[in-house]
Amino acid sequence: MAFAITSNAIPLPIAAVPVVEVDAFRRDVLTAIVAGGRLLLLIGLPGDGRATRLLAAIADDARGAIAVCSTDVTDAYPALTPDCPSAHYFEREIAEQYGIEPEGHPWLKPVRFPLGGPTIGEADFYSVAGSEIHEVAVGPVHAGVIEPGHFRFNCHGERVIHLEISLGYQHRGVERALRGGPDRRSLYLAETVAGDTTAGHATAYCQLFEGLAERECSARANALRVIALELERIANHIGDLGALAGDVGFLPAASYCGRLRGDVLNLTAELNGSRLGRGWIRPGGIARDIGSDELRELKRRLSDAGRNMRNAVDLLWKSSSVRARFENTGVLRHEAAADLGIVGPAARASGIDRDTRRDLPAALYRARHPTITVGDNGDVFARALQRWREIEHSLGFLADVLDDPGSGTTASAIPSLAPDAVILSLVEGWRGEIVHLAVTDAAGHFAHYKILDPSFRNWFALAFAMRGQPIMDFPLCNKSFNLSYCGHDL
Amino acid sequence: MFKTLLARARQGYRTAGFPAEEPGLPALFRGRPELDPTKCTDGCRQCVDACPTGALRVAEAGVELDIGRCIFCEECVAACPEGAIAFTRDWRVAASRREDLIVTDDNRPRVDALGRELRRLLGRSLRLRQVSAGGCNGCEVEVNALGNVVFDGSRFGIEFVASPRHADGILVTGPVTANMKQALLITYEAVAEPKLVIAAGACAISGGLYRSHPEVSDGIEGLLPVDLYIPGCPPHPITMLDGLLRLLGRL
Ligand code: SF4
Repeated sequence: MAFAITSNAIPLPIAAVPVVEVDAFRRDVLTAIVAGGRLLLLIGLPGDGRATRLLAAIADDARGAIAVCSTDVTDAYPALTPDCPSAHYFEREIAEQYGIEPEGHPWLKPVRFPLGGPTIGEADFYSVAGSEIHEVAVGPVHAGVIEPGHFRFNCHGERVIHLEISLGYQHRGVERALRGGPDRRSLYLAETVAGDTTAGHATAYCQLFEGLAERECSARANALRVIALELERIANHIGDLGALAGDVGFLPAASYCGRLRGDVLNLTAELNGSRLGRGWIRPGGIARDIGSDELRELKRRLSDAGRNMRNAVDLLWKSSSVRARFENTGVLRHEAAADLGIVGPAARASGIDRDTRRDLPAALYRARHPTITVGDNGDVFARALQRWREIEHSLGFLADVLDDPGSGTTASAIPSLAPDAVILSLVEGWRGEIVHLAVTDAAGHFAHYKILDPSFRNWFALAFAMRGQPIMDFPLCNKSFNLSYCGHDL
Repeated sequence: MFKTLLARARQGYRTAGFPAEEPGLPALFRGRPELDPTKCTDGCRQCVDACPTGALRVAEAGVELDIGRCIFCEECVAACPEGAIAFTRDWRVAASRREDLIVTDDNRPRVDALGRELRRLLGRSLRLRQVSAGGCNGCEVEVNALGNVVFDGSRFGIEFVASPRHADGILVTGPVTANMKQALLITYEAVAEPKLVIAAGACAISGGLYRSHPEVSDGIEGLLPVDLYIPGCPPHPITMLDGLLRLLGRL
């Protein structure tokens, strides 16, 4: 099989990536997947002349390796989706961005409605016919302070037969703006791919940058980045547990968790000035070192916050009315989660034992990582419990990192980037695996930049989890995934 | 039930003392910038060249910083060889007029309270419909925090409502993507007169980091009449609360 093998944040000369005939490409990708590989991404790149180059990356999670191969296509090619469902959204994106038709794709609809294409909202929505069937359309402006998206429910009475999610309202041209960089905007564009995942996307960008320059940060800088990443994870998970409590009308846990989320954001702000960690993680290291007194104080305050979180979250598990609403709601079965290729805590709650921090680690996670556990039932309860477990594991892990934060300079200059190279940078963000990919030109600038927020892969899972559910459970299911619109829309 | 009460006792009273007390912002908080153009040397443009959003300009009278575009990243502070730019911990950066966001050595942002009649109509409540029109969800995170028990906007009657029909105005975040423009305008239309428009965050004010992308409108400037600008990337909840309370004449 024709693959070039690499790993997280290790560059490859672009010439080393095999370009094969489309039939061989399909066969190799599908064989690798049948053999236990995972479709990490499938994207289009400008190819030679009229052609579009399709590039596939397959993760071998057991070995920590990434296999890359490519092919050139024009106009159309036989879709992978019928044989490999996790390709479905990637192929929709390729069709939208390059006008290439993946023939035989069962659901070829727009992804983001970029300029020059069909008008957003004017889509060919799937519609169920029959007596007593009705449709409910929600959004783009929703009831709460949330990002925009459009949801179409086909219902029979209260029961949802099918949910179609149509996004793109936040599309603001991030990937296009990253081309030609790195420049003074690049880091900030990466940070704002999803504001609630500032540390995740900034780390993915910086790892990519450093990988292309073949530089590594000091142990100290890596440890401080891990602090940023794990604080972000804890803040978002505890906030979402509060929001889940709010969605079932259990207000005590909702307000305590909301406040505790703020406490973690405030800790972040004390370490860098911004509650979301803006400008904290930078190519070559981190904006600011943390003194040993500060580290001790951070440890003390985290253990305090941890106790309060346990107390607040315990109310959820011990309240039968909450459990009754969480259990067996929005079930995402293991097979569906695996077929769709979903990632992060939502995948782990459905029993998929996969975490970038352990399976494809970079930087500090290579040496150590938090305990990784998985759930089984794939319902709202499993996703909530998974979030809580991940908070506990992160708290324990942080306590270790704070005891031994390593040494070295926290900021080092980065020389120019390798020319004509391709690199994939992976980070386990709080929602799951973040992937940034760059291809550099002969001058070492970004000829292409691709961002994969975990939400890109997970939105379809929400639609799946809603099948057969009462429509009133939608907010609860939605919150249990809490996916990003801006990270998807870019 | 008993456990719930015990937890209530344990979690304590957490609402911030602001505005009666200082807001207790972290030492590294980046608030209102202060400029000293007398330090600028002739022809120096290092801050301008470092800025990711084009927020700085060297004018006749020296350097100017548009906090309506600024993302408070401090690249300019690092780039300036003379120490002419510093970010203070002052959280009061909201303003009623766009011009007042251009910080120079003697111009600083300020908020004028709404007219007496409008304040009478609003009474003790301000209900807003938030519209997210592009952006990164960072502003939404902080708008949501305004509703938690710490910042607790509802102490002042400030709440976010589900329907524009129930709202006294809209609070817009994001650079207004082409894909959200129509929905934003329809939502604005749906609010009954008289209505307020608040632009929160660099994106809504000027397009922020996405300014001049063909996919966005460079914020709501020129699309809707703005009553209050709240700069930041994202603005701190205290900055938002401060701006809103000043608008309502409560500070
Ligand atoms: S702090 Fe503001 S003015 Fe200074 S470089 Fe950053 S965006 Fe530009």
